[in-house]
Amino acid sequence: MASSSVLSVATQCVSRNASSLSINETHKGKAKLGGSTLRFSKSSGRISMTVAVNVSRFEAIPMAPPDPILGVSEAFRADTSDAKLNLGVGAYRTEELQPYVLNVVKKAENLMLERGDNKEYLPIEGLAAFNKATAELLLGADNPAIKEQRVATVQGLSGTGSLRLGAALIERYFPGAKVLISAPTWGNHKNIFNDARVPWSEYRYYDPRTVGLDFEGMIEDIKAAPEGTFVLLHGCAHNPTGIDPTPEQWEKIADVIQQKNHIPFFDVAYQGFASGSLDEDAASVRLFVACGMEVLVAQSYSKNLGLYAERIGAMNVISSSSESATRVKSQLKRLARPMYSNPPVHGAKIVANVVGTPALFDEWKAEMEMMAGRIKNVRQKLYDSISSKDKSGKDWSFILKQIGMFSYTGLNKNQSDNMTNKWHVYMTKDGRISLAGLSLAKCEYLADAIIDSFHNVS
Amino acid sequence: MIMMMILSRYFNSRTARRFVSTCSGHGWWDKVRVAPKDPTVKVNESFLADPFPHKINLGVGTYRDDDGKPFTPQCVGDAEAKINRYKLEETNSSEVSSKFVMESVKLAYGNDSFVVREGLYAGVPTLSGTGACRLFAEFQRNFYPDSQIHLPDPTWPNHHNIWSQAQIPVKTFHYYDPYTKGLDFDALISDVKNAPDSSFFLLHPCAHNPTGIDPTEEQWREISYQFKVKNHFPFFDMAYQGFSSGDLDKDAAALRIFVEDGHLVGLAQSFAKNMGLFGHKVGCLSVLTRDIKQAAAVKSQLEHIFHSMYSSPPIHGILLVTMILSDPTMKEQWKKEIKIMANRIRAMRTTLRRNLEDLDSSFSWEHITNQVGMFCFSGLTPDQVKYLEKQFHIYMSPDARISMAGVTPSNVNYLANAIHQVTRISEETSVCM
Repeated sequence: MASSSVLSVATQCVSRNASSLSINETHKGKAKLGGSTLRFSKSSGRISMTVAVNVSRFEAIPMAPPDPILGVSEAFRADTSDAKLNLGVGAYRTEELQPYVLNVVKKAENLMLERGDNKEYLPIEGLAAFNKATAELLLGADNPAIKEQRVATVQGLSGTGSLRLGAALIERYFPGAKVLISAPTWGNHKNIFNDARVPWSEYRYYDPRTVGLDFEGMIEDIKAAPEGTFVLLHGCAHNPTGIDPTPEQWEKIADVIQQKNHIPFFDVAYQGFASGSLDEDAASVRLFVACGMEVLVAQSYSKNLGLYAERIGAMNVISSSSESATRVKSQLKRLARPMYSNPPVHGAKIVANVVGTPALFDEWKAEMEMMAGRIKNVRQKLYDSISSKDKSGKDWSFILKQIGMFSYTGLNKNQSDNMTNKWHVYMTKDGRISLAGLSLAKCEYLADAIIDSFHNVS
Repeated sequence: MIMMMILSRYFNSRTARRFVSTCSGHGWWDKVRVAPKDPTVKVNESFLADPFPHKINLGVGTYRDDDGKPFTPQCVGDAEAKINRYKLEETNSSEVSSKFVMESVKLAYGNDSFVVREGLYAGVPTLSGTGACRLFAEFQRNFYPDSQIHLPDPTWPNHHNIWSQAQIPVKTFHYYDPYTKGLDFDALISDVKNAPDSSFFLLHPCAHNPTGIDPTEEQWREISYQFKVKNHFPFFDMAYQGFSSGDLDKDAAALRIFVEDGHLVGLAQSFAKNMGLFGHKVGCLSVLTRDIKQAAAVKSQLEHIFHSMYSSPPIHGILLVTMILSDPTMKEQWKKEIKIMANRIRAMRTTLRRNLEDLDSSFSWEHITNQVGMFCFSGLTPDQVKYLEKQFHIYMSPDARISMAGVTPSNVNYLANAIHQVTRISEETSVCM
């Protein structure tokens, strides 16, 4: 390769010329050789060679595949149509389709600024006040698991970071164990387990015929998995489908998991966003814990506190004894240290302040209800619009049955493309729309788009 | 058995039946042992638990002012107030990140640096220095799965954990000479020459942690030359830019020598120490490339890696750094504050050494002022370190690394006395033997 020949010439030059230059002489010059540039400069009696490198050792590195969801936002930004609608990424928008910073967050940040908190490193496990608040929010402050100190909580970088810590724990202590994830699930789940070197496979979840839950398939697949499999469950507001098991179905799922000696691993990214009630949305997790199962739970405050960019969440391991929880926590810390040493402080303090200050906590609950309420209203309006416009007799009630930020419309890839190309409605190719990006004012337009795409495109 | 029967009689719900059936089930985490404590954390915890009123914490490398208090630079406080007035929408997060990276690389490579002007780098924000190192280690493993990393001996202990966790075998190269308490340059060069061609090396460009011993400019040029000959990959971990000399550009000299020599380096930057942003986890990873097409490819791969680790970096610290670096007034103020911090540490070095010499210590303490940056590799033995802790309530790393940032005008006399005592005792003991 060119560079090595250049280097060998350079070395020859050095050995030839070294003796002919005295200490006090300086010699600077440039010579072009085969596309690269040799520069000679000398300092203190030796010649130092400067060679512009031809070949990088990262020559063969290809572009990584673009993230499908972020790609949607980019395409939306580039679109000049007035009618355009961004139903891609799951970030909450107001009725005016603006980002929303919660009032309690502003208040908490003002408090923090006034206090002039220092910026010291957090301990590896994160802010103690946050860890306490987050576990109590998840399980309820009077939960026996908390009282008995059986919960190991470590602050994580939002949902992703917390999932990754859990995955790393599985990889280290359950080598060969698999994770069962729903078909479909949030795209990044697969990346997280792949990069953590944890094998995964899927359990049936979405039934396109009913645009609902394939419950029988789900149970069958969980039963069929080898004993000791980790089963990844969405605590509420399933992403991307918006389809949650009913309370009865949750009980059956818990039964099967317990019978097969599997370990439930919950991803709780929308606590409060599904029903509007923080407690109600934690019901599935609390059921499993009440059954006496040992459970992993990853939490995120990106959506429910609007803290997307602050990266605040937690990894919780509820185990059978406090002694076990202590050991597990120490190992989670050990995994975190070579990833980032200790987690970022800002988001943790916001959450701790909001949850720990009764007035702010109440205000948060109200804002949570408002956000979830807006989405429920939008669902209703969308359903009403479609039902009144569509004369085909198709049952669109799944829109009302689904819950949370997302809705699986049942549109296929071609139909989704039609939504974008013809109607300037931006969504993901799997037919998912983010209701958080929909306003009441745009429901009629969206209804037209969906009806057209469903009936006129195959 | 009887207990289970009683329980099952009391609860009639399905929940209860399940609870009973699990009672006899196994604990999933039985095989999980208690992890060893991180050494720095251990020191810190011991210090916090100590009730002695004159205790001194010389463990963790976080800057303290003359009163021993955590110090947030004024420029940071100003930036906090400014960004609080408007909080960013998520859509601009990537814009801020890009600006942040641009400012970070300018700081490291120089405002007029060719690589910066031409965009010949892949840069991403990271979770401080640790995150930058880990991101690079994962990247290295993805594309050079059979490679190793050569770390200086000694180095920040977490370097070993980071590359091991990324499943890259670790090798060490000679660095510290315990006899001179200086750089073992000949052995270092020998190790560089003897390593297989195209090896990955980690270098501290300034204020080496834990020794405080940096190569001279001459020595850096020689190292760079030898790296060229062997086609080694230089990875720089720059956690203390500004803390060595007080001058940001001077402290980046080693890095810039390598870049001038044509090396396509990798660089981890941290803003934890020099901006006092420890808890905000702000750092930057940059990898120099041949052209902008390759820069885009490398960047996409780095993003792919951290996407599955934490999706995106925390914005608050990024906002602060970007604001400070892109506002000329704030940046000037910051430079002044760095000088103050570096000067304070240098003053403490001088005072500590002078105090020891005034106590008629028979040992040489010139290494205290020869070494640079936050840390002093004191050369004390493990027994002496323990003695200092037990008898004098002075806490430092087990390797006898002293964080000079923890030394203040009010505790330096006590510290000097204590060190004098333990070394004198050891000397007397060994003489008796």
